[in-house]
Amino acid sequence: MSSLTSDLAGRLAASEGEPDARLTAMRHGPRRGSANYVRALSARIVMYVVLAIMLIIVFIPFIWMLSSSLKLNNQVLTVPVEWWPRKFVWSNYADIWTKIPLLTYLRNSGFLAIVITFLQVLTGSFAAYGFSKIRFPGRDVLFFSYIATIAIPWQAYMIPQYIMMQHAHLTNTFWSLILLQAFGAFGVFLMRQFYMTIPDDLSEAARIDGLSDYGIWARIILPLSKPALASLALLTFVTTWNDYMGPFIYLSSNNLWTVQIGLRAFIGLYSADYALIMAGSVISILPILVIFLFGQKYFIKGIATSGMKG
Amino acid sequence: MTTTADRPTRTGPSRTSKARASRLRRRNTLVGWSFILPNFIGFALFTLVPVIAALLLSFMRWDAYNPPTWAGLKNFQRLLGDDSFWTALRNTALFAVGHVPLTLAISLGLALLLNQKLRGIAFFRVAVFFPYITTLVAVAIVWNMMFDPSSGPVNQFLGMLGVAHPPGWTSSTAWALPAVIITSVWKDMGYYMVIFLAGLQAIPEEYYEAASMDGAGWWNKFWNVTLPSLRPTTFLVLVLLSVQSFKIFDLIIVMTEGGPGQATTVLSQLIYQQGILQGNFGYSSAIAMVLFLIILLVTVFQFKIQQRRER
Repeated sequence: MSSLTSDLAGRLAASEGEPDARLTAMRHGPRRGSANYVRALSARIVMYVVLAIMLIIVFIPFIWMLSSSLKLNNQVLTVPVEWWPRKFVWSNYADIWTKIPLLTYLRNSGFLAIVITFLQVLTGSFAAYGFSKIRFPGRDVLFFSYIATIAIPWQAYMIPQYIMMQHAHLTNTFWSLILLQAFGAFGVFLMRQFYMTIPDDLSEAARIDGLSDYGIWARIILPLSKPALASLALLTFVTTWNDYMGPFIYLSSNNLWTVQIGLRAFIGLYSADYALIMAGSVISILPILVIFLFGQKYFIKGIATSGMKG
Repeated sequence: MTTTADRPTRTGPSRTSKARASRLRRRNTLVGWSFILPNFIGFALFTLVPVIAALLLSFMRWDAYNPPTWAGLKNFQRLLGDDSFWTALRNTALFAVGHVPLTLAISLGLALLLNQKLRGIAFFRVAVFFPYITTLVAVAIVWNMMFDPSSGPVNQFLGMLGVAHPPGWTSSTAWALPAVIITSVWKDMGYYMVIFLAGLQAIPEEYYEAASMDGAGWWNKFWNVTLPSLRPTTFLVLVLLSVQSFKIFDLIIVMTEGGPGQATTVLSQLIYQQGILQGNFGYSSAIAMVLFLIILLVTVFQFKIQQRRER
């Protein structure tokens, strides 16, 4: 799943800047006050209205979620729909913490996401250096085995993974998830693609200065690849935080559950507690939202710096 | 080109330089492996070995009561007579048939709308992308509630439009799959929108200028310039979407658990049920192989079609 998100952020960031012909003409062509100017201005206003309507339609589930999380249970599913809570029930956001061990769930999710992201970024960037900056026999075959497994759906080999974990008595521990997710091929692939864009002259020069390969990796390549490291870290974190199937298959004890599993179980137990369920959902999304908003900036900056090298 | 720290010696005879080269090679191999190893151990143990094991397991009889024995093609024969397999296969295919064209069309539409030079357009792009990285469980929960047959917003909206008997969505066998499809289209459209956006921005401006000079209108430009130029992107999206559709798993588990009845049971879920819940390791691996082969075939088929078109 994570491979899908690959250079997405890059695309998001890169897609800015190149102008659309018609609108550029609108902006630079006609003079202020002319009839054309007025036409261009009104076209732009119409465009904003269209965009705003689109945004509202796309965001209806979020709006509904947020509004429901601030209602009383019996006011969530009403006829007709009430988009604005009659009375704001802020206490939902306090009650959810005592109704389920939400703090434990958040801590588990955070722990897994941080450990897996750290290991993935560290071992991934380390291996990527071997795959891109050192030439030795068998290297390309080895790299091909990484690429090949990216194409194979995870579902196809989840059974052998499960059998292995069972035999190692690692099911129902965090170990199973960390071991299965921290050494993904995707991280190696992403970092290698980035390292290929770093000119070899740089590492050459460092070698002549007497730096070992490990030194080059730590002092030259790592600092240069901050943007790529950031995007890999961000993508891995979000994927791990959102992961449902892994914890669903491997974690059975309540005290190990992640937010996703805990929330799902909560619905099973209290299916009519609509407002609390919605409050829990909002809380589970918040970390992702925050990371996404901060990461956005980082990505754009990263693309800008790496784009300058050519 | 990598390790040339040792300067070529002017006086050195070829034998020592050869020895030096092989020493360098050995050193490079050693250093190279030391970089790769920390990741490779984990990768080999927890991905590579399971991949190979999955292939072997599909030809073995191995379940909770029996030790593993070679079974040849027996698992695959059993598949052919298994009704739940055919149901899951049909549901998976139906999901793809609904999910692929809908997501394609909507994400292309969004990309066209968002491919403009307007102040603040980046905000709209990022916002449309957000559902894609939103927590799955939250998405499934909120859509499940919105699909509530009697008082959910979806059916109230349909009622407003004059639909007398709106569908029962996740509580009805006929409409549960469409409900899942709608939810997944909503979640995924932002991702493919971004891919389309990149494709749109790679189309040279001159094409549109030339079309304008020929007096082409918006529709004409879309049909004769945008769509043909976008073909490689559309192809990429088509392949990614198809693969993703056949892999559908977690959304089903969270939203419908395959129900009502077996109305939304998909292949991935069947693998999980057979392999992890019931311990039929061999049989479930056979299903997994079929899923893998289907995805492979669909992808190869699409590449062939694309090749023929380009000729």
